Amino acid sequence: MIEMIDLKKSFGSQQVLKGITATFETGKCNLIIGKSGSGKTVTLKCLVGLFDQDEGSILYDGRDTGKMDFNTRKSIRQEFGMLFQGTALFDSMTVEENIRFPLDMFTSKSDSEKADRVNFCLKRVNMTGTNKKFPSELSGGMKKRVGIARAIVNNPKYLFCDEPNSGLDPKTSLVVDELIQEITQEYNMTTVINTHDMNSVMGFGDKVIFLHEGFKYWEGTKEEILQITSGELFDFIFASDFLKDLRLRAKY
Amino acid sequence: MEKAFAALGEYLLLMYAAISKPEKARMYWLETMRQCYNIGVGSLPIIAIISLFMGAVTAVQFAYQLKSLNLVPMWWIGAIVRKSMILELAPTLSALLLAGKVGSNIAGELGTMRISEQIDAYEIMGVNTSSYLIAPKVMGAVFMFPMLVVISVFLGVLGGLLAGMLGGFYTSTEYVRGVQDAMKSYDLFIMFIKSVLFAFIIASIACYKGYTVKGGAVEIGDASTQAVVQSSVAVIIVNFLVAFLLL
Repeated sequence: MIEMIDLKKSFGSQQVLKGITATFETGKCNLIIGKSGSGKTVTLKCLVGLFDQDEGSILYDGRDTGKMDFNTRKSIRQEFGMLFQGTALFDSMTVEENIRFPLDMFTSKSDSEKADRVNFCLKRVNMTGTNKKFPSELSGGMKKRVGIARAIVNNPKYLFCDEPNSGLDPKTSLVVDELIQEITQEYNMTTVINTHDMNSVMGFGDKVIFLHEGFKYWEGTKEEILQITSGELFDFIFASDFLKDLRLRAKY
Repeated sequence: MEKAFAALGEYLLLMYAAISKPEKARMYWLETMRQCYNIGVGSLPIIAIISLFMGAVTAVQFAYQLKSLNLVPMWWIGAIVRKSMILELAPTLSALLLAGKVGSNIAGELGTMRISEQIDAYEIMGVNTSSYLIAPKVMGAVFMFPMLVVISVFLGVLGGLLAGMLGGFYTSTEYVRGVQDAMKSYDLFIMFIKSVLFAFIIASIACYKGYTVKGGAVEIGDASTQAVVQSSVAVIIVNFLVAFLLL
């Protein structure tokens, strides 16, 4: 479980996060949604430690990162897996080398054990046989799946996904969403997903947090989100063609 | 001025962070070897061509001038080419060449990694990126550049021999006599000092420029250009300081 307590973050005179408190539960897909500029990415970057919050605390299963020394904070990152918006695969490495890198760097596994683990992860994301390919030889959806394989190779306790569907067609988006959901339940991870894709919200939004102008505006489940009838969240939801269509069908 | 001092401070802090303890020594060793190969073997063809012609031009220029004066024997040209190559041409011109080739390459590579979030990916895994991505590059350059300079000296002297013989200025025996005449080990010491300093300057400035890129493709291009320009200027200034203080 990850707890975020009164998180504040500013860049110069612009306050981006204005005191966000939220809990992300283990074994669930926790979604952060909101318009562009609402603070989703900054929140995620604070969670993974790429940005230091100005005020507030982040607790990973009760461990407060603010009270940790540099080395402990760094070592806790070995419990993280992250899927980046642009996948961030190391382009000078093959698919196999990309996935194996965390094992090479942080474990003392033998070469055969590492190879087995890499092949297992590739099989898990339906990418068997792509070991020797370079990221530039893969499609967007394939890159995302390799990104997921790299994120889970070291058995992380926490999985972070930044816009996992961006740049993907609806069918491939669904495949990626399902994969993240399955993996979260299979490994009992705390998964935090940053998205503005309402298909994802309705697909696997166990817990949804809506950010608006740096504040937590709403919190609930995918079922509860459809009960909203007005306000910023309503405007955000029905800006999506998918749900607008659903709404019209329900009406007539 | 304030900006320049802030950048200098940021550069020094980054270099300090780069010398922290590695997470896994074997991975750093492998990365250092990869950088040695890229920097050393990758730069060898261009260093070889330039050095051969640098030595040849030095020999022809001096032969042309000394012949018209007719004051000193032509075998002196061997000594002149050797000394010029060891003290100045091999370390300095190779460094300027390396600043263009390796400096822009490192800045571009790290800049692209920064923009495409690859550095963030390393960070989130728990890798100390300032150390893993910078130290092997700087060490690779510091280790390989003196070797490149030695090769450059050898090829420069060879270029002088070939050019002089082709032009009929001297025989190979005369030239070799000059090359061997009054050889000082202190000259070689200066050459190695310069090589190590220049390699550090080029690699570290390029790493700093690439690692701290913010923005997009235009900024990566700017960072590469700045890496080349600033490291070239720094090389020239340090070259003067070494000559002034040690010669």
